[in-house]
Parts: sequence; structure tokens; C-alpha cells
Amino acid sequence: MSAHAEAITENPMPTPRQNEESADSLLQIRDLKKRFSLSGDFLDQLRFKGGKLVRHQEHVHAINGVNLDIKRGEALCVVGESGCGKSTVARTVMGLLTPSEGEIRYDGQRIDNLSSRQLLPYRKRMQMIFQNPYASLNPRMTIQQTLEEPLRLHHPDWKRPKILEKVEEVMHSVGIDPDWGKRFGHEFSGGQRQRIAIARALAVDPEFIVADEPISALDVSIQAQVLNLLMEAQQERNLTYLFITHDLAVVEHFGTRVAVMYLGTVCEIATTATLFEKPRHPYTQALLSAIPRLKDDRPQHIRLSGEVPTPVNLPSGCVFHGRCPHANSRCKQEIPLLQTQDDGTRVACHAVEEGRL
Amino acid sequence: MSTTSNSSQASASPGRWERMRDSYMWYSFKHDRTAQLCLAVFICMVIAAFASPLLAPTDPYDLAQIDIMASELPPFWIEGADERYSLGTDAQGRDLWSIVLYGTRVSLLIGFGAVILQALLGVTFGLMAGYLGGRVDTLLMWLADIQLSFSTLMVAIVVGALVKATMGSAFYSQYAVMMLILIIGLAEWPQYARTVRASVLAEKNKEYVDAARVMGLRSKRIMFRHVLPNTMSPIFVISTVQIANAIISEAALSFLGLGMPETHPSLGSLIKSGFDYIQSGSWWITLIPGAVLVVLVLSINLLGDWLRDVMNPRLYKG
Amino acid sequence: MALLEVNNLDVRFALRQGEVHALRDICFSLERGERLGIVGESGAGKSVAAFSLLNLIAKPGFIAGGTVNFDGQVLNRMSERGLRKVRGNRISMIFQDPMMTLNPVLSIGEQMVECLKAHRRISSKEARAIALDKLQQVQIPSPETRLDQYPHELSGGMRQRIIIAIALLLDPDIIIADEPTTALDVTIQAEIMALLLELCEQHNVGLILITHDLGVVSQVTQRILVMYAGRVIEQGPTREIINDPQHPYTQGLINALPQMATPGEKLNQIRGSMPSLSNLPSGCAFHPRCDFINRADGQPRPACTQQVPEFVDSGNCRVACHMVAEMLEDRRLKEEIS
Repeated sequence: MSAHAEAITENPMPTPRQNEESADSLLQIRDLKKRFSLSGDFLDQLRFKGGKLVRHQEHVHAINGVNLDIKRGEALCVVGESGCGKSTVARTVMGLLTPSEGEIRYDGQRIDNLSSRQLLPYRKRMQMIFQNPYASLNPRMTIQQTLEEPLRLHHPDWKRPKILEKVEEVMHSVGIDPDWGKRFGHEFSGGQRQRIAIARALAVDPEFIVADEPISALDVSIQAQVLNLLMEAQQERNLTYLFITHDLAVVEHFGTRVAVMYLGTVCEIATTATLFEKPRHPYTQALLSAIPRLKDDRPQHIRLSGEVPTPVNLPSGCVFHGRCPHANSRCKQEIPLLQTQDDGTRVACHAVEEGRL
Repeated sequence: MSTTSNSSQASASPGRWERMRDSYMWYSFKHDRTAQLCLAVFICMVIAAFASPLLAPTDPYDLAQIDIMASELPPFWIEGADERYSLGTDAQGRDLWSIVLYGTRVSLLIGFGAVILQALLGVTFGLMAGYLGGRVDTLLMWLADIQLSFSTLMVAIVVGALVKATMGSAFYSQYAVMMLILIIGLAEWPQYARTVRASVLAEKNKEYVDAARVMGLRSKRIMFRHVLPNTMSPIFVISTVQIANAIISEAALSFLGLGMPETHPSLGSLIKSGFDYIQSGSWWITLIPGAVLVVLVLSINLLGDWLRDVMNPRLYKG
Repeated sequence: MALLEVNNLDVRFALRQGEVHALRDICFSLERGERLGIVGESGAGKSVAAFSLLNLIAKPGFIAGGTVNFDGQVLNRMSERGLRKVRGNRISMIFQDPMMTLNPVLSIGEQMVECLKAHRRISSKEARAIALDKLQQVQIPSPETRLDQYPHELSGGMRQRIIIAIALLLDPDIIIADEPTTALDVTIQAEIMALLLELCEQHNVGLILITHDLGVVSQVTQRILVMYAGRVIEQGPTREIINDPQHPYTQGLINALPQMATPGEKLNQIRGSMPSLSNLPSGCAFHPRCDFINRADGQPRPACTQQVPEFVDSGNCRVACHMVAEMLEDRRLKEEIS
């Protein structure tokens, strides 16, 4: 694990210590909540109950009070299983969804309540890479058109030669042949399409990139290519990443810090090395033990009982208590808060707090 | 980093023509006799109709060329036919071949015109309803439902009555083509709106739309530049059906006397004008334009079926 | 003779662009109770291989040559009727998407009873008892209520357990599992794989596990076939292949995993991507992506680009690679000299 520690100290990130109000945070997420209504429009919500007309609403609680700080130059990975709200966090940060509560600050400025016109300068600074390279390129546009579009929008004063030059440069930097510009997305393989999608994000020279499961739709050998490309881009352009994934093996390789999410809440945030060396939260422990490793023959999985509850009716207390081997009566009633440990790790678990674990 | 699978093709990126030649559509067309025949028939009819001033031996709109003495002459294969009128003449002595050509032109004009109007209205409303959602969607779909609950006939009667009352019937017959385009266009736009809305709803959840939003593009540009081109396949398919429907609607309206005047007949008004003479044995006045109408609509519908099969992605691979 | 023996299996697809060779020269065998993994990336032909074992290839595809021998019968020459007695009964399949197998309008119990009664002459009551027993074996909580539930009422993990129960229903000799856990979350995946492994060992059932996930294969199977562009390129005992892969592609695939690299460093990627089956490179299909086409003296090996490699025995593994063949030949010569 010494290799991990070295990798961390080499990183430009100044201190691993967590500080709520740290000035070097590029993105701050505070008490973010997002609910989706399941009840349709106003007329559908009306119900008769005991002779009275009542308005009845049901919600999916996708995120429930998430706090995250992303520091300049780091790659913060958010991991969790499907339905844990990790993609909702990404989409809310990018303004594709409006938060139900809470705020998002980018470089000190609140961005969650801006109009699309006010948001435009931020669109140039923050970009997104999507999961499915087969759906993220417009099938009716050529690669050239796809890459020119953001440039034309964000640099209306640029002349055509300058735009062409920039497109060619960005195509080179992601390793696609500029001659492919006249062709359409469906003529390429998944890995090549993901390169094109990355080129589109990089075209406007952003400083912050949200990557929502960018490699999970790709084959193993292609995953390595795309991960390498993302890491190269980070070094060359000093990018900051919010990297959403379900694959812990990727996190171990890629992330500076990791936030583990379960059912809309963050249960543990730590530097990558610390998390893999010493996972605190019982869910993190189970998640780590479930990674299929090549080397061990018969691994000891921590078996979790039951399944992830639906985010419609959230469990009381700690959202994980129903599957947790260490849950007691306090866990069923009281919601645990993130608490900073000696080494800077922040864990939301009563058992850890009480020293039971 | 060049990759093997594509590098061979990359050297020469295919042009528009080669792309079309390699497409599934062309392949399917080459192997479908019905589609080929229908397209040929349809193209012949369109060319003949729009070249009618050149092809027709007489100008049926010119009263001076009409010989009232030569009325109700039978077509050439029946005894008593006149050499000058290959398909015979109608009750007013107009050459049936000429008048069918001109009538087809009127019918096609109204069909295409109405469909263009329907498409403009329907696509715009459908796009807005699907992409913007929420109240806009509810409002527009209510409008569509209300519109659909009026039949084309009702709209025709109401609009016709209104125009005739305010502008006079001379005005109405002068601008009959415009009027019919307007009526059929207004009555049928919800078909487009619904189809477009359904495919917009499917498209707007795809990641390329999110990517366009993240880029900071305005809704209008995303709707027309990104979403609309990807909903073209169902629009094409429904257009063929709608052209056929519009031609039939026009024929029905004219047959009922709500459409084209007999001085400026469409296929529908020709059928109507000949209908009274079926009893007196001059069946050709009604049956010949009727047959032309059937062939025209059938070829469009069969082309539409073929197009639907080609563009249905589920059958695409099969 | 092994329970299942596949010899020179050749599968083609008749497409409008012409005939595409989806599988070439597939040879492998499976002993009773043995667990075999078929590994490869998408487009390698691993799913086609699974489907062709039971002659389930859909229309444009057909088996153009070779045999699938199962317990003395040649499956690909059998009648549809005879095949039905084998499918589901002696060889059952598990698919990636449970909803492909489960009928959404029938309850779990009805589907299981129907399946049992189709193959055995038993009463509904007996069938229900067997179904219940199988559900208990796959460790589903409250199995009796599950029998009357419909597929949409269950979670993904639960559905996949039901699928395993259905696969085990008729006590088959072999289960073919095509990416059984790809759609599931990691923690659920680990549970399902552990369950599948346990049941196969308990009942001495053979398993053919088709997956792209080397981690899963390494934990469950005893032997591996590695496929690339419609061919098997390496086969042998799992541990030997994972610890000491011989074929450059297998090496690349294993080394490309994030867990094989130092955190923060570049991953060891294989350049390029899998060729399409309709446009295969000459010679060894992997040669355009291979780092070892040069001989020890720095000259490119002509065989790699011209000649399809034959299998050579290297220890317990069989490898289709000119480079390995050459190395083995060198070693043999050296031994002869000394």
C-alpha cells in the first residue's frame, strides 16, 4: 500500500485533511436533496380519504442531504450501486436537474439557481462525459459538426479557420484521426465514440469534468484506453474530475478521494488509499469484499442480507440498517451524520462512532 | 492512435451517393418489386398531372374549346367513340383524358399542400409538447384532442359556411384550392403532433440531448437541430399515409359538394359530376376518375407500407 | 469420453453483405461436474458459441460444420423434437436478462410447474413441491409466497435467483450461463456467483460460464477458453492462465485491468479494438494489435500476418500463437543440443 501513499503525496493537492470551508474547493455541494414526484399532475394527486378530498403525493428520494467538496486538480470518485443517487448528483451538478433543496457552489458562486443564460459562462468551465457512447452522439451529425458546435456557441467571435484548427487539435489530443470528421457516430466502435464524446467535452477547454460512468459500457481492453486518456487529459490540462462509477477497481486506480453512497446519502468519504486500506463503514467493507479479484481463489465475501430498499419509502434512522450486520436499536432510529476521523476520513455510522466496529 | 477496424475505410470517407448506395433503404428497395412498381406508378402520375397543360389535347378550363354537342361520348374501346376523345367525354362535353389529368393535378396539389400545412403545424406543436413538457404539453395535447373530435367534414362545413357567408361564394370557388388545403391541413395536424411528440419523448431522454444541454445550447436549437432530425423517420412514414388520406378527404369533400367546383374539378368533383349519369349508361364519366383515384391512393399507401417496414428499427436487422 | 465435446464447430451468418464467419474451429470438452469459463470481449463470439451448443442460433445464422457431442448424441444433427428433450432438461441456460426467460404474465409457480410438467409426467402438486424445494435451494427468503408472485414484483437479484432455480429444476447435467450477473450490482453479483458455484458443486452439475469479467471467471471456473474474433486463442486451467497467460491477447486483457496497475500510473492498454468479423485481418486476427509480432532479432515474423496460428501445447495450456510456438521450438532445440 506504500505505492498508494506515494501517489497521494505526489499529487498537487495540498492537504488530505478535510476542511468544510476550505478555500481551494472548486465545487461545493451543500445539503443537496432531490426528489422526483411519482404522482403525476395535480388532478392525479387528489384522493378521497375518509370522505375528504386530500392531495396525496409520493416521491422518490434520490438524494437526501449530500455534502461534497471537490478540490482543484483532484479526481473525486463517487461509488455506489444502482439507485444510490450517484448519477443524480452528477446531473444536478451539471444543471440537468434542479435540486429540491440545498445549494451548489462553483468557485464560490451559487450555480444551482441560475437561468440558462446566466449559466452559459459556467458551461464553458464545466463539461460532462456520459455513460453510453452509443447514445451520447447525435446520430444525424457528423463528428466534425459535433465538435464544432460547442466552439461556435462559446466562441462566437472565432473565425472558421480558428475553429477548424481547434477541432483538429482536440481530435489529436484524444487520439482520433482528423480525417474521420466527415463521418457519423454510428460508423465507429464504442471506444472510438467515447473518445469523440471526450473530445467534445474538452473542446471548450473546461477545468472541471463530470464523468458519469464513462467506461462501464466499454470492453475491458477499451476501458483501459479510455481511463488512460482521461488521466492524460487530467495531467495535461490540470482538470478536476467528479467521476461517477459502480466499479471500485477503477476507483482504486483513478481516484484521489472516494465518496461511497448508499440510498441517497454519503456514508464514507476518504482518500483512495485510506479507503482501500481501512474501510470503516460496514457498507464500504461489504462493497470492497465483493470486488472480484484475480488473485484470490475463494474469497471471503461479506454477505449482506436482503436487498437495497426502494427510495420511495426510506427506512428510518440509518438507511443501511436493514442490511447491516452491526445494526442496533439506535441505528434504526437516529440518522448518523458524517464525522471526521483521526486520519481525515469522514464516516456516517453509529457503530464506528461508538467504537463498536 | 489508429484502430484497425476503421482505418481501411477511414482513408476514403464515403460521399453522400456512396452512403445512399450502401444504405439499407436502397438495398430493400432493390429487392422489393411492389415498392418499385408503386414508385414508378406514382412518379408517372405526378409527372403526367403536373405536365397536364403539355399532355392534354384540350384545355378543360377554356370554355371555348368545349363542344357541348360531343357530350357523353364513350371511351375508345366502345362503339360510338370519337377519335378526338380517347377516353370519351363528360356530360359537358369536356375531353375526359384532359380533365382527368387536370383533376389529378388539383388533387395532388391539395394533397401535398394540406400535408405540408399539417406537417408544419403538427411538427412544431408536437416538438414543443414533447420537449418542453409540463403545461405546454397538456395544453397542446388538449387542443389536439379537441381538434380530432371534429371530423374533417365538420371543419369543412364550418369553414366553408363562414367563408361563404363573409366573402361570398364566388370568392370561395376562386380560392377553393387554398380553402381545401387550409381545411384538411387544420383538421389533421394532430396526427403529426402525436407521432412527433411520441418520438420526441423517446429521443429527449437520450444522452446526446443532455450533452447538448450541458453545452449550453438554447431549447430552440436543441429542438430543431438535435431532436427533430432524429424524429424524421416516423414523420416520413406518416407523411405518406397522410398524403393518401388528404387526397381521399379532398375527394370526399368534393363529392359532397363542399370541395372543388365543377368548373375547376378535382378527381372527387369529377366522380361526383359523373355520378348522376351512371344510370343513363355513361359509367365512364365517374369510373375513370374513380379508378385513377384508387390507383393513386393505393400506390402511395403501398409505398408508405414499404417505408414503414424499412424505417422500423425493430425489423431493421431481421 | 467427456460429457460434452465440441469439435471444429463452425458457425456462419448469411447477411446481405455476404457470409460472415462468426465462429471458426471451436474445439473444447467438458467433463461431468466441470466448470468452464468462456472469456472474451463483445464481438468475440462467446454468446454465439453458447447458443450454437443447443442449436439455438437464430435465422441468418447457421452451423456450417463441426459437431457438438453430448453424452453420445450429436446435438447439431438432432431433430427439433429430440433437442427439446435435451434443452432445459439435461442442459439448461441462464441469460443475462432474467426477463428474457421469465414470462411477465405468469406467476413464478406457474412457470416452474409448467416447465416440470413439460418434461416429466408428474402431478401439479408434486411439481409444486419440487419447485418449492428448488426455491429453498437458491436461498430465497419466504419461498412459498414467491411461488404466487409475478416477475415484476421481484428485484433484479431475486429474479436471477429464480432463474437459477428454474435452471436447476430438472436436475440438468450442464448449465450454460451467459453473462448471468452483468446487469447486477457488485454485492448482488458476488452473492449470485457464490450461490451458483455452491449449487454446481453440491449437485455435481457442469457449468459453462460466459462472461467478459476475468475476475468472476477466476473465482468460479476450473478451466478457461479465451476467445478473440470468433476463435479460441488460448485454453487451459484457470489458475495457470490467470497467473501466467501465454497469448499476447490474454496477457493484454489481464494486464489492462485496473487492479493490475499501480494506482495513478497509466494502465497497460491494448491498442486498437476488436476487428469486425466481416473484415478480419489476415493471418492471426490479433496481429494488428499485437506487440510481439517481431522476432527476437527485431524482424517481424511473417507467419503472424500470413498464416492462421495452430494450437500448440504449452504446459497444461493450449495456445494459438506463432510467437509461443516459436519459443517452444527454440526451447526444444536447445534441449536437444544440450
